[in-house]
Order: sequence, then C-alpha cells, then structure tokens
Amino acid sequence: MFRRLEASTAAASAGTVRISVDGVALDCREGDSVAAALFAANIPACRETAVSGTPRGPFCMMGVCYDCLVGIDGRANQQACMTRVRPGMAVVRQMGAREVAR
Amino acid sequence: MAAADTPVFDVAVIGGGLVGSSIAYGLRGSVGSIAVLDEGDVALRASRGNFGLVWLQSKGYGMGAYSRWTLGSTRLWPRLAARLLEETGIDVALEQKGGLTPLMGDHEVEARLAWVEKLMSQPGVEPYEWKLLDHHQAASLVPGLGRDVTGAIWTPHDGIVNPLKLLRAFHTAFDRGGVRYLPHHGVTGIRRSGGLFRLDTPQGTVTARKIVLASGLRNGELGVQVGLNLPMAPQRGQIIVLERTRRLLDTPMVTLRQNDEGSWLVGDSQEDAGYADQVTTLPVLATLADRAVRTLPALKEVRAVRAWSALRVRAQDGFPVYEQSTAQPGAFIVTCHSGVTLAATHAMTLAPMIAAGALTPELDTFSTRRFHVQKT
Repeated sequence: MFRRLEASTAAASAGTVRISVDGVALDCREGDSVAAALFAANIPACRETAVSGTPRGPFCMMGVCYDCLVGIDGRANQQACMTRVRPGMAVVRQMGAREVAR
Repeated sequence: MAAADTPVFDVAVIGGGLVGSSIAYGLRGSVGSIAVLDEGDVALRASRGNFGLVWLQSKGYGMGAYSRWTLGSTRLWPRLAARLLEETGIDVALEQKGGLTPLMGDHEVEARLAWVEKLMSQPGVEPYEWKLLDHHQAASLVPGLGRDVTGAIWTPHDGIVNPLKLLRAFHTAFDRGGVRYLPHHGVTGIRRSGGLFRLDTPQGTVTARKIVLASGLRNGELGVQVGLNLPMAPQRGQIIVLERTRRLLDTPMVTLRQNDEGSWLVGDSQEDAGYADQVTTLPVLATLADRAVRTLPALKEVRAVRAWSALRVRAQDGFPVYEQSTAQPGAFIVTCHSGVTLAATHAMTLAPMIAAGALTPELDTFSTRRFHVQKT
C-alpha cells in the first residue's frame, strides 16, 4: 500500500493535526493534504462515483482528476488533494452525487 | 476505401448526427442497403452540443404546421425510446412529465402569454393543453423555485432525453446490422450519372440510388448541387454544465434541466455569431448563470464544471426543411434545429416516406419554395 518516501520522513517530526474522517478521529501530519492523510491512514477509496457507485480514490494528487472528492466541514465535492488538513476538520467520504439544498 | 470496393447503396444518408442517424435508423427494414456518410471528430456537430429537450411549447410561431409536426413527434417518442432500449440495451432516459418556460416579472409574463396565444391561434396548429402558472403553481412542480420566477408556461407534452445516449443508441443499432457507417466521408461533391448519385469524399466515391442530405449547416452548399437552394442561418448557443447532484428537478425548463445522471445544463442563449463554435463568451455565460440562480437559488452552491458553445442548424426562417429535389429526383434534403425532438418522427414518419420515394403533401409547407416566393 502507500507509504511515505524516506526523504520526507525527516519532516515527519512536524506537528500532528487531528481531524475526523466519517466521525472517527485521525491524527495527521501537519502540512499534509487531506488526500495524503487518507492514504497514510490506509483509506484509499475516499468516494463512490455519482452514477455507478464505484469506489474511487485520489489519482493525480494535483487537482486535475477530481477523483479525490470528499465532504469537508459540511461542503460537498471538495478536492482532498488540494486541501491541507486543519485541526478539527470534519471529512466525510463522498458517497455518490452530492445533495442540493431545497 | 477504394471506389471499386463499395457497393451501390440503396440509400446514402449524408450526415451522421442525430438527424441523419434517426433517418437511417428508420430506413432499416424497408431499404436493402444503407450507408451513413459522416465527417470526422472535428465537425460542426450540433448533436454533441445540444440541450437534449424533447420540446413542443416554443415551436411553430410563424408556421403552424411545425407545431403540429412537433406534437406528432412528441407522441411517437415513447415508442422510439422503447425500441432503442429493446434493440441496443441503451436507455436514452426519456422523461415526458411536462415542462416549463420560467418567466420573471409582469413584462415577461404578459409578453409570453400574448406570444403563446398567437401561436396557438394560427392555422395548422393542433390544439394542445397548456397553462400559464403563477409562482405557487410553478413552485409545486419545482421545489425551491426562486421568488423572481413570477410565472411559467406549462405543457404536459414537454420533456427531456439524454442526447449523447440517443446518438450512441442509433450508432449501436447501425453496428448490429442494416446500416454501414462511414466516418471521415465528408461529401465534397455530388454528381449524377447512369441514374445513380456519386458522392465524392476524401476516401473515394460512394454510389447510391437515393441520397438524403442531412449534413446540418453544410446542407446549404450541398443542396445547391442537387438543385435545392436553401439559405442557412446558424445560431450559436452556449451551455454551462454544473456538477452532478442528487435528483432535484423533475420538471425541466427550457433554460435549465437536470440530466438522468445528475448533471445540470444551463442554457439557452441565442446569438448570431456566424460559424464560430470554438469560443464561449463571459457576458453570455454570466447572464445564463445569473438567470439559473434566480430560477433555482440552491444552485448558487453547485459548481460549474464545463461550458461550451455549439451552432444550431437553422434555415433562414428557423423552420425545418423537407423536400425531394425536382431537378434530381431521389435526392432528399432534411434540415432542422430540433434533431432531438424530431428524432421520433424522422425515424417513424419521414424515413418511410423516403423509402417509398415521395414525401406526402403534409410536408409541402416545409419545402424550400417558401424562400423563393416573389415579393412585390
């Protein structure tokens, strides 16, 4: 599975940031993107697709593919790879198409 | 393909978009061999840029017969969708639960009401049910309807389909037999010899006993070659696509719809921009977005993911053209901008006429003769 490159491990001594994923607490490394934090926590599938419900995970890690969509602090369809973890952040996996408020 | 390799087709349809495809689909069974000659991926292809409405209420102002022809197609649509599903396994996602033209403010309501009343009073229009709804009535069909929408015109006949699935279903049916699809066969010239039409293409000559010109905006230049003079007037439309969401909108509007798979389409602008289909423009997109958010305020939280422009295929007066050439019998021309709405009648009404070799008098109104009336 995914593991951090040796070269970056040194930087790992930076602070810890606690977020939640689907309501479960997760300690992440400061500076990580949400996508990186999910990979590090062995959560490769962060969403299910809108049409067929197929599991998907971060792919490009650079904001292009939109396969890493998650809900963040109540906002649906956010790009996990383009968002840094912040203390207290509530991440939910994006299961299917987002809702629209009525 | 070398010329020697091609058989003589009974019918060659020039154009592989929705209009040409629906006709070729409808010719199967009554015609022995059919070819569809298409351009390549880069073409002025309205079939990939359209809004996908199966729509009646805005059609026929100035030509009552067009309203009646459209109504007929909306009635045939359920059969077309069922047949495509049975033959190809593709559900084209037809929904005919009624549709709305949203109106904002007294001026728009009054102007549209007068417009519809005049449309419905024309000769040739077959009366159908329609209503002017007030805000509350419209809001009962559209949850979360914006306060700015003060009224709406409703008919039970209007609906939507997924136009990309429709095009794919036709082409899947061709693959299963009866129609030979020839891409990269843009027709550059039409000649006639020995009682046969010879179509020049970059891949060689294709020969056929009958031809159907369904090449969209190119019908003007090709029509001339078979003695049909058809003034074309393309009209650009721009569309914004929003991200997929759970289903919210069951009653489509002429300017806003939600697809079967959850995407939202925002339209429908009308510009005279010549043949420029490769740009979108900020003022138009901003206007479309503003009106969509005023129509359904919840959409302000939903992101736009794409925008594009495409050219509506229009004859000068905006109405369809159907005619068999008098100078070159066996050459038929078909031009319209509602290739989705009319697909059902093109497949089930028009194609049998072409197979039989004559258009019925019902279609006389749609001939090019209307462009060449001597004006005093």
